Amino acid sequence: MIMKNRKQEFWSGVRDEAPILLGVVPFGLLFGALAISAHLSSLAAQAMSSIIFAGSAQFIAAQLVGTGTSGLVILLVVFVVNLRHALYSASVAPHVRHLGTGWKLLLSYLLTDEAYAVTITHYNREGDLPDRHWYFLGAGLTLWSAWQASTAVGIFIFIGAQIPANWPLSFVLPLTFIALVVPALKDRAGVAAALVAGLVGLLAFNFPYKTGLLLAALIGIITGLVIEGRPK
Amino acid sequence: MNIWVIMIIGGLLTFATRLSFIFLLDRINVPDWFRRGLRFVPVAVLSAIILPELTSPNNTLFLSWRNPQLLAGMVAILVAWRTKNVLLTILAGMAALVVIQLLFGHFGV
Repeated sequence: MIMKNRKQEFWSGVRDEAPILLGVVPFGLLFGALAISAHLSSLAAQAMSSIIFAGSAQFIAAQLVGTGTSGLVILLVVFVVNLRHALYSASVAPHVRHLGTGWKLLLSYLLTDEAYAVTITHYNREGDLPDRHWYFLGAGLTLWSAWQASTAVGIFIFIGAQIPANWPLSFVLPLTFIALVVPALKDRAGVAAALVAGLVGLLAFNFPYKTGLLLAALIGIITGLVIEGRPK
Repeated sequence: MNIWVIMIIGGLLTFATRLSFIFLLDRINVPDWFRRGLRFVPVAVLSAIILPELTSPNNTLFLSWRNPQLLAGMVAILVAWRTKNVLLTILAGMAALVVIQLLFGHFGV
């Protein structure tokens, strides 16, 4: 029975993550091609996808390496671009606190935007169960495998090729996030948090290194807290 | 700095950021507002990703009914709201995008 639950959770995670891959794989291909054109070796390009394992940070890092930017600056940029993951970490922490250290390390490594979006939606909809983390693992490993494989294909097949910026498949990512966010908007505070975060995100869109996204998320969260705290 | 050194330190930084609260939440006392704020994280972060993607395709603001991404995004929001189904939302949004781009003669440009 326990094994069955784990299997079920794992495979639901895989299944729910699958549609997002349509939007992720093109970026993996593009990253592979970009890293090569920035004069990274094939091995370094592939290693970056498994060591850093964060799409936007990898794109920026590879480009900065290509332009000969100093290592400290690149590290600072990688850190800032990935700061939003601290929010994800705080958000999933209550759901994984019963797990051992090994699980926590593994799931932290797999905590990307795409795995987080699907997993937190599952936790919020279905509630906590002792075996729920198998869903997280399924979603995370699915994304991880697709990212590694698409990087590899990008390195070897797309060398020198360009994917047009308006390739329609990149639109899958915002669509998936819409599908996850809209049904989760259940009260005034949540709607306000989403609207304000979206609006600030729009205004601060051009801030460097995703700082606009981070700012927008924080202001959205504060808005939600303030609205929730007010008597109705 | 050697590329491998950059990657390994960069990877450790990223991993530490992801592990941060998963590791810390058990060990520190966080204030109540912090815990209450956590439920707004997904809607806030994802909305802050979604809206610029719809209004600023190709990284320039394009607030107009002639913006195919914006229109298709609205279709997707409607479908997500009515059906709560991820796959249907993606299919409806992609179909809307393709149709609208065809209508506007944007397709393939």
